[in-house]
Amino acid sequence: MTSPDPASAPDASTPDRASAPDASAPDASAPSHASSGPEPEIHVDHDDHDNAYSGLLVNDAHWAFGTDFEDPLAGVETTVPEGVDADELAAYCLMLGDDALVFSQRISEWCSNAPDLEEDIALANIALDLLGQARLLLARAAAADPGLVPQLPEDSPVPDEDRLAFFREDLDFRNVRLAEVPNGDFAEAVAKILIFSTWRLAIFEKLQASKDSVLSAIAVKGVKEMSYHRDFAARWVLTLAQGTEESRRRVIAALNGLWPLWAELFETHPVESAVAAAGIGVNPAEIEGEVDVIIEQVFAAGGLDRPERGALAGVRGKKGRDGLHTEALSRMLAEMQVVARAHPRGQW
Amino acid sequence: MTVTLETDRAVTLETDTLARARAAAARVTDPEMPMLTLVDIGVLRDVSLEDGRVVTTITPTYSGCPAMATMRDDLQRELQDAGFPDAEVQVSLTPAWTSDWITEKGRQALAVAGISPPGAAPRRTGPVALTLLPTQRDVHCTLCGSANVRLTSEFGPTACKAMYQCRGCLEPFEHVKEI
Repeated sequence: MTSPDPASAPDASTPDRASAPDASAPDASAPSHASSGPEPEIHVDHDDHDNAYSGLLVNDAHWAFGTDFEDPLAGVETTVPEGVDADELAAYCLMLGDDALVFSQRISEWCSNAPDLEEDIALANIALDLLGQARLLLARAAAADPGLVPQLPEDSPVPDEDRLAFFREDLDFRNVRLAEVPNGDFAEAVAKILIFSTWRLAIFEKLQASKDSVLSAIAVKGVKEMSYHRDFAARWVLTLAQGTEESRRRVIAALNGLWPLWAELFETHPVESAVAAAGIGVNPAEIEGEVDVIIEQVFAAGGLDRPERGALAGVRGKKGRDGLHTEALSRMLAEMQVVARAHPRGQW
Repeated sequence: MTVTLETDRAVTLETDTLARARAAAARVTDPEMPMLTLVDIGVLRDVSLEDGRVVTTITPTYSGCPAMATMRDDLQRELQDAGFPDAEVQVSLTPAWTSDWITEKGRQALAVAGISPPGAAPRRTGPVALTLLPTQRDVHCTLCGSANVRLTSEFGPTACKAMYQCRGCLEPFEHVKEI
């Protein structure tokens, strides 16, 4: 039976006594774990389930992901290879990392907005792969040149890659401007992913041979992932191009709208030319031919003409890789960074 | 003589310690596919002793795999419970994970759980070719065994899976992608 010792608590012998621990007996010295009670195990058992959250507090093994900070490069050899300029390596990692971070953020804005559940999940998966690449690349940048990492209060637990993602200003971002273009309709999304992933996959295929073992490892993984992204986008561009008049109209409009940002993808920044010469990076001008072949393949299959649009100018010749962006990036960063910036100590 | 004996004893002790650490690490399961251990899925690459400390090495399946932190925490907890409070978990990025590392036992566990195991990963030489038609795979329905299945999406609830549906019995199921 569940009734407590009647001698010590004569007025609390109701049957629900055990299930209502806060209706405690006058002699409060006999709580659940009291050694004086004859059947303490009943109370112990019950107290565990009294609070729906107690299981979570006792065993945090099943908490959601991301409750802890960790180094994504823990145990990875991050020494800068001999003959390589650490600052240039870091600057290059920032470029590739920012491309992935900014584009990932854009794609993830599609969450819950795609035309159907399968495409919603596909877009989220693509964004997640790119976020993973961004995290590794920004961590690699920080390891090569700690001077790049924004300073935070001394007791801040925010890791380096998060500092780079959330505590840099828009002018410090080195992504190409294609990555920051605000989202349009679904045709715009798949057209943009087709251009971006075809370009980035070609870079990563070459980057696999990088003298920097970390960059090379990131590239090997990225090639596998982005092959799926490119196929997904190419199939959708094809489907829309050969679908209805309306779907075709939309995909053509999307490609025309994005084309002014095409040329920038293949312009060589001095950092890119330096890392290519050092054998750790890729000169994007060298992959233009390969990217063209793939894009033409999709256009031919879809009966699409290559858009004829002039390139979007920079500001005094400076573009995304120089830190000069469209206004869209500033707005996107404001939303992306606001929570982290409000809580630089990671606590609230 | 004594020296040799003591060395032998030390070696035995080290072997025992390593065996206990390996056994503990081998008990940890994948947080998203708990029917698989980290060994089954090929994520646990190494368990070794360095200066008396246990060092385990894991490798991410996909760059953005959100389960990495949980795997690391679970490993550390399991090793702690096995008497290794200072165990260290390292991340290895190379060689890159491939679905070929999923063990035979892991493949069976997947099938039993209604998830179609991966075929052989593609071996690439030269540039990655564009595939405009749906990927052809030898996939069978995990419920009725029919080969008459259709790919509903190359992306699924976790980064490593695609989604299929059986045309025969209409069962929707997941397939672990070959990478």
